[in-house]
Amino acid sequence: MNNALKMATKKLNFYYRDFQALHEISLDFYTNQVTALIGPSGCGKSTLLRCLNRMNDLIPYSRAKGEVLLDNQDIYNPDVDVVTLRRRVGMVFQKPNPFPKTIFENVAYGLKVNGLKDKSQITDRVERSLQSAALWDEVKDRIHESALGLSGGQQQRLCIARALAIEPEVVLMDEPASALDPIATQKIEELIHELKKTYTIIIVTHNMQQAARVSDITAFFYLGKLIEVDQTETLFTRPNLKQTSDYITGRFG
Amino acid sequence: MPVRLQKELQKLKKRILSLGAMVEERVRMAIKAVETRDEKLAKRIIEMDREIDENEVEVEEECLKILALHQPVAVDLRFITAVIKINNYLERIGDQAVNISQRVVSISRRPPVTVPFEYKLMAEKTETMLRESLDALVNLDEDLAHKVCLKDDEIDDMNREIYDKVKEVISSHPGRVGYMINLLLVSRHLERIADLTTNIAEEVIYMVEGEISRHRMNESFSIS
Repeated sequence: MNNALKMATKKLNFYYRDFQALHEISLDFYTNQVTALIGPSGCGKSTLLRCLNRMNDLIPYSRAKGEVLLDNQDIYNPDVDVVTLRRRVGMVFQKPNPFPKTIFENVAYGLKVNGLKDKSQITDRVERSLQSAALWDEVKDRIHESALGLSGGQQQRLCIARALAIEPEVVLMDEPASALDPIATQKIEELIHELKKTYTIIIVTHNMQQAARVSDITAFFYLGKLIEVDQTETLFTRPNLKQTSDYITGRFG
Repeated sequence: MPVRLQKELQKLKKRILSLGAMVEERVRMAIKAVETRDEKLAKRIIEMDREIDENEVEVEEECLKILALHQPVAVDLRFITAVIKINNYLERIGDQAVNISQRVVSISRRPPVTVPFEYKLMAEKTETMLRESLDALVNLDEDLAHKVCLKDDEIDDMNREIYDKVKEVISSHPGRVGYMINLLLVSRHLERIADLTTNIAEEVIYMVEGEISRHRMNESFSIS
């Protein structure tokens, strides 16, 4: 593979109190590639995704053991600034969650919080982000109207624009299309394909067909363990392990 | 249609067409080798068959990839299943070109025999059928595809005629048996190429109309 290594987990274990949700996960993520994490509910895929920008820190009595490297630096190192980390590793959630503000303010919010004051710079970045999220053409005439007036698919692309505005390096997506209709889903998938030219993308999805369509690498998880990881094309045509085969063919899970 | 699937299908179309062009060229070369009793040319065709085989495998893998990753439906699904079959037919036509070439290798060292028939017409017709079936595929032209299917009967008749004449020559000139059998086989290989070409045309009809037209012709024959 020619793409550079961007993130990696090394023997990562994760616990919610006594329950071990992840077991010794070692997985690499490459720039300009989409990595899909698949597996049945409770397999640990979302937990892993949330470890990648320390979203799990917010859960009481949880702890991680092992390493998560971003550009070869362990993000669980005590002197890592979590705010900076989350700026570099952005996230888009399952349900579109725009702020009850205007479209413009939704995207500009992260910029302002990060100290950007120059108005023309902010305007410029908002436009660029909305363009990157393939939403600009649909909203440019009502940019100062409430974001809540947008359709679900548009709201989700707005959330992607909001994540892109602060220029992250890695974008984590947790079931970004599961609450959307097929057309909106298709738009998000096309968008993911565009975005990977600029970012490292890691996506959790319940929808195996979606993983097949959008990703370059697919990792299959079961009961907190990484079972198999391979080029998506290979994993979906000739997986190595029976367990993977049984899952992707719908024989279990 | 998703842009990525559209791109993949375009790519696949180009690949199957270039395989078609390659096979068409091999058949033309094989016929020339028969006409000129050119052993060197025949051996080259046999060697080059590997190229067709490799292409066939690649096209098939491409089809499987698209099916697994993009789950195409309706006309897109029919296109892929048709390509999987056409791909296989083309490879087998390539094999027939090899078979013809092997006959040429066998007869080229023996003194030539004047035969009471010529392949030229049969070869030309077969070649035309192949070209038309590929044109039908390129342009999704079902009318042309139907025409190709009808021409197959003419080739079958020609093959039968050649069989009868070969039988005559063998009974009057038993010393030429080996030579004549080789010539009969060339006719048989051409007839097989025409059959496979008809299969390609039938797949084009399926792709366009969504109707499986195989076996249909036989049905109408038995009724009338």
